[in-house]
Amino acid sequence: MTRDENKEGIRGMANPGRYGIERVAYWLMRLSGLGLLAYFVAHIYETSNILRGKVGWDELLEMTQTMEGHILLTIVIAMCVFHTVNGIRVMLGHGGVGVGRPARPDYPYKSASQNYRHKIGIYSAILLAAVAMMYGLAVMFGE
Amino acid sequence: MRESTIMKIHYGTALAAVALVAVHILMRLTQGFAESLEYESVIANYRFVPYAIMLELILVLLSIHGFNGLRVILLEIRQGRTYEKAVSYGCFAAMIGLIAYGSRTIIMTNMGMI
Amino acid sequence: MAQLVGIANEQASTPLSPSKSITLRISRFNPGHDESRKFMDFAVPYENWTTVLEAILEVKKHLDHSVAVRYSCRQATCGSCGMMINGRPRLACFTKISELDSDVVTVEPMNNFPIIRDLAVKFERLFETHQKIKPYIIREDTELESDEREFLQSPKEVEQYIQFANCIKCGLCNSACPTMATDSSFVGPQALAQAYRYVADSRDKGKDSRLKIIDDSHGIWRCHFAGSCSQVCPKGVDPAMGIQLLRGYLLGFKD
Repeated sequence: MTRDENKEGIRGMANPGRYGIERVAYWLMRLSGLGLLAYFVAHIYETSNILRGKVGWDELLEMTQTMEGHILLTIVIAMCVFHTVNGIRVMLGHGGVGVGRPARPDYPYKSASQNYRHKIGIYSAILLAAVAMMYGLAVMFGE
Repeated sequence: MRESTIMKIHYGTALAAVALVAVHILMRLTQGFAESLEYESVIANYRFVPYAIMLELILVLLSIHGFNGLRVILLEIRQGRTYEKAVSYGCFAAMIGLIAYGSRTIIMTNMGMI
Repeated sequence: MAQLVGIANEQASTPLSPSKSITLRISRFNPGHDESRKFMDFAVPYENWTTVLEAILEVKKHLDHSVAVRYSCRQATCGSCGMMINGRPRLACFTKISELDSDVVTVEPMNNFPIIRDLAVKFERLFETHQKIKPYIIREDTELESDEREFLQSPKEVEQYIQFANCIKCGLCNSACPTMATDSSFVGPQALAQAYRYVADSRDKGKDSRLKIIDDSHGIWRCHFAGSCSQVCPKGVDPAMGIQLLRGYLLGFKD
């Protein structure tokens, strides 16, 4: 990317402040996707410790069953729930569901695609992620 | 492969993975979180063939979905013929590598080779 | 300031209130000479109906004639005066200073478009991508025989595409799009919405060729339905809706 192109760059892409909740959802979707991929790779690696027998597995559990490990897992739960719920919303939108119907535009030109259905979908994803996070905390720290 | 085919696979793997990961997590919760992570319990899970098949499916589905998602993000961040080829082949290789590594664990544990 | 008010009075038919003035921060940059952008501040008097474009022209006329800006119709029809106004892409002629609710109005060239000078940007790539999706009716029987009538459409058929035909090619959607912020090869919301405009037209027979053009690694799939394009569109085109409906054809939801 050259300066001549005057591209906003990653900062512009990631900046969620200017365009409402839809842009925040776009940014969170990306962030949670990358986070979940990193966790998935790490999870495959950690569970492969089972091949080292009981000693290897217990060593791994000692490492992960810590305060930091539980907090990390709680964040993973939140990312997983948000990515799933928002992903279903985006998929439905991509199929043309809930994006409104074409019509003659009248001033003040409200965009039909930026409607309450998708906003509710985004807020639900955030809310469910928060609830799942609390449930995760209760399960892990409640024992 | 056409981009529409790749993206249909992306959506399909996502939906299938959601269902299977839900079962995977429910298994942890129904057994009790800490108990389900005990060595004997985990070994029993791996040796139960339907569960091992489910783990393998999750591994394949999430690897495809995850690394294609990474490819999409990387393609949007920078452009250029060489870079784009490197990203596409790199993500494909990483996906194959992860599937192979995870499958090795599942197969060896399932067959009692530990 | 006194000089400014005097100038404004000379221009306006209604007397201006001297208490109402804003600081107009204009981004100055000449790619041929300057190393980086800098901002110049101008105190500009305004009324409730004063647009950002009028304020810029006020500066140009009386304070600094070297400010580069592109404009023409002054009524949101030509699509020439798109720029970043207080951080959001807007048409300068369609944005009143009073509605911005700020004492400082910052104007910058539109993001994701190469700068010619100051507020004027190059539109070559937007026109290239627009052209790429074949923005015209495709039919085998283009030439009408003398005794034939024009292609008739019902009001319902017209409604399928008319809002997308409202596009004035101002580029605000491309400037707001998060993918355009980093992807130089992306077709962009403007061109994709126009692809839908023609695909949805009952007279058109070029659907397959257009879908083939946009179905590549920097085509329609790089839209993630963030909706910023629709939020900034000054004509109610709603590119995000067009793109999702267009994607329906590629996903097999539509014939």
